[in-house]
Amino acid sequence: MKTASPFLEIDADAARVTVRLDGADLSLPAGANLAAALLAAGVPVFRHTPVSGAPRGPFCMMGACFDCLVEVDGVTRQACLLTVEEGLEIVRAGPATAESADAS
Amino acid sequence: MQADLVVIGAGPAGMAAAATATEAGLSVVILDEQARAGGQIYRDVTRSAARRGDILGQDYSAGLPLAAGLEQPSITHVTRATVWQIAPDGAVAYSVDGRGAIVHGRRVLLATGALERPMPVPGWTLPGVMTAGAGQILIKESGVVAGRAVLAGSGPLLYLIAAQMVRAGTPPLALVETQSRRDTVAALRHLGGALRGWRYLVKGLSMLAEIRRAGVPRYTAASDIAVAGTDRAEALSFVAGGKRHRIACETVFLHHGVVPNMQAARSLDIPHRWNAAQACFVPETDPWGRTEIPNVFIAGDGAGIGGAKAAEQAGRLAALEAARDLDRISADARDRAAAPVRAALRGELAVRPFLDRAYPPYAAALQPADATVVCRCEEVTAGDIRGYAALGCKGPNQTKAFGRPGMGPCQGRYCGLTVVSILAAETGQGMDETGYYRVRPPLKPVTLGELAAMEETPAEDPAVMAADGR
Amino acid sequence: MLSDYAIIGGGVVGLSVAWGLLRRGRSVTVLDGGDGSFRASRGNFGLVWVQSKGMNQPRYARWSQQSAAAWGDFAAELGEATGRDLGLEQKGGYDLHFSEETLQQTVEKYETLKAKLGGDYPFEVLGHNALRKEEPHIGPKVVGAILHHQDGHANPLRLLLALADDVRRRGGRVITGQTVTDVEKRDGAFRVACADGATVEAGKVVLSAGLGAMELGPKLGFKAPIRAQRGQVMITEKLPRFINRPSLIARQVDEGGVQIGATNEEVGLDDSVTQPGLSGLAAEAVAAYPVLGRAQLVRSWGALRVMSPDGLPIYQESVTTPGAYLVTCHSGITLAAVHGHILPSWLEGAGDAPDLEVFSEDRFAVS
Repeated sequence: MKTASPFLEIDADAARVTVRLDGADLSLPAGANLAAALLAAGVPVFRHTPVSGAPRGPFCMMGACFDCLVEVDGVTRQACLLTVEEGLEIVRAGPATAESADAS
Repeated sequence: MQADLVVIGAGPAGMAAAATATEAGLSVVILDEQARAGGQIYRDVTRSAARRGDILGQDYSAGLPLAAGLEQPSITHVTRATVWQIAPDGAVAYSVDGRGAIVHGRRVLLATGALERPMPVPGWTLPGVMTAGAGQILIKESGVVAGRAVLAGSGPLLYLIAAQMVRAGTPPLALVETQSRRDTVAALRHLGGALRGWRYLVKGLSMLAEIRRAGVPRYTAASDIAVAGTDRAEALSFVAGGKRHRIACETVFLHHGVVPNMQAARSLDIPHRWNAAQACFVPETDPWGRTEIPNVFIAGDGAGIGGAKAAEQAGRLAALEAARDLDRISADARDRAAAPVRAALRGELAVRPFLDRAYPPYAAALQPADATVVCRCEEVTAGDIRGYAALGCKGPNQTKAFGRPGMGPCQGRYCGLTVVSILAAETGQGMDETGYYRVRPPLKPVTLGELAAMEETPAEDPAVMAADGR
Repeated sequence: MLSDYAIIGGGVVGLSVAWGLLRRGRSVTVLDGGDGSFRASRGNFGLVWVQSKGMNQPRYARWSQQSAAAWGDFAAELGEATGRDLGLEQKGGYDLHFSEETLQQTVEKYETLKAKLGGDYPFEVLGHNALRKEEPHIGPKVVGAILHHQDGHANPLRLLLALADDVRRRGGRVITGQTVTDVEKRDGAFRVACADGATVEAGKVVLSAGLGAMELGPKLGFKAPIRAQRGQVMITEKLPRFINRPSLIARQVDEGGVQIGATNEEVGLDDSVTQPGLSGLAAEAVAAYPVLGRAQLVRSWGALRVMSPDGLPIYQESVTTPGAYLVTCHSGITLAAVHGHILPSWLEGAGDAPDLEVFSEDRFAVS
């Protein structure tokens, strides 16, 4: 899941902690903005929309666009308004979510 | 919890207002969504000015004294607070870390700033496409800079982020601007004001020189802008100088101006008017920022785009009038204190008419092609909106009912102006007549659990929550 | 240009009637309000509902049943004509109860009504465990539910859109952005005047303007004793399907959001949303489905119900101005199918017209 990131960290000196992204361990800088940290870690897609299943990533970074929505500890949250902490459980909505919402 | 003045937003307007109000003897609660003061323009200034001031520049570090101004006992700065309802009587409901609370303000100041003007071009919903403001926020707060990025649109902010990227050692691959020579010529009519605001011009020219020295290719009068890619941005294509260009990249930063963030004011049904020069709706306020609801004020870019320095002065004016209103200072004292503030405000605003004319919005993004998504949340296209207009919709609340634009979690922040522009063009009505979304609480999503908890227990005191370290 | 009918009010009620008249070959002009008009059609809960309707007036229960039964064909026809799925689902609905006592009281009332309806009132009572089999996410505070098999729900906004679309497709003239200021009958024709100076002439007039009938009704000789009743409603983010059947407390809409409602407030023409109102709705919804505690509320709104004194529809031809009809109700979604399929024959005075006498204004004392 982690690829070469299109983003560079200017001062990558923060202590790292481990979070879980879709069940896999990921090392991110402690205390960093979660959306920025995920982008820098090479995670461009934060969710797939419930309407068409299209991929989305952070757009505004200021809490207004809601494209960086991820599920953190069971609640849908804006990643750009969260801080990286050890043990965060982050789940991204896959295209499948949209399908199951339409089912039955 | 009560306060003389509740300030929503800890950007330049809110920070300056809080400090001025407390000097005049008011108790202040300032609610802000971020972990630290600064707003977007001074995002995380208390941490980042020292670390990255050389990249971000002196204007950024100017936020430090404003942030320091909040460190006073009569100011309660509630961080990570999401405001989701503002009642006309001054009751402000907000959440911190999943817990709801209410603070009652005898006066309320909305200092919620600006949003990037939506720039719907083909492909703008792809991962990797962000606002230029987002690019800046990444540098300011996180020290994260895009490696292979193209900047597209119009306005001085593009020069600023390009210069910052140059200083960070990762210049953008290209600067693709939509304004034309004709715009520059037309803007010369406002040269008088521009010369009074000459500092801005000098800064702009020196940033352009910096960008040129770094060898960043620059295109102007660009049209037909589209982002290519399937699962993420892969290239920006556009036409400039009679030729189609395609620049492979990983990140696209879009920008064509900022507009007032209307959500809070609209939720209070405060009247707005279309400002043709700035191509945005602006709330109606008096010279102190007071709205039609006498206890509610608006200051800063949320009351009309003027920039950070102007916002600061407007925040002071609103605070002075709130203090007079609550009988803490006399009208004379208010006016004496306001005189130099107004003079400074006039100076800051002098350059605006020139900038507004020199960097107009990208026309094709105001009337997007039928296939372009305009509502990112519900994935409604410009063609859908035109179809609803053909079914009799004259305003955005009717199209919202017909096709859901504005119903998603962003609640219309990034589609409202586009939908209204399209409807106005289709019906032949003016923008004011076409209207805007009826904005309702919650201003931002709130969990049902939080809401339900407020039914069972009275709202908690935010000072207690702050003391808990939350 | 003279239409057979002028319909004042282009919400679900007016458009359903217009659609039905067009289907019978009549020409119709619909006059609709502006972007900011009070619109129950934009704010309702979307139930196609039978239970609890007409507890004291079996004819109303029957009328609702008739509409619920006709909804399938109605939705299919509209869907086929416009290509829009109305999201109709009719596999029963619940009245959830948090106490044995209220459950028992309601069951007794339903039994009484069932007897009056000759036994055609298919409901069953589910205890908590039986309910849990149907609704795995139901909360422990819910002691049981009445499952009524004639209940269901639809997407009310898509119904509004499909009607707006198909009325035009069938040749109806719809003029939006109008405020009707006056209606008069002269030389056997009605002349409807609008605030912007526009006028429409028609042989008959249907007043289906929701709360607008309060003002326009008396001009046509109606009592129109209606009032606004506020309902606050809210809806969550889109969620994977977890609610099987709708209830009066919550339903999961076809797009995935869970719609929660509604308050009943007598506050006049105030359609605002209040924090206590939202908190009360949230508490009840979380009690019904605890998993909703983690769901994000995305939108809320206040809508104004169009209520008559007894809550029943009013169908009345004007005594003083024959040819003018008042059609108003608070259940425009449930009744859309009969308004489209059956009401036109009553307006036309056809041989197969339904007997709607109990819904006339005669039931209201002169005020």
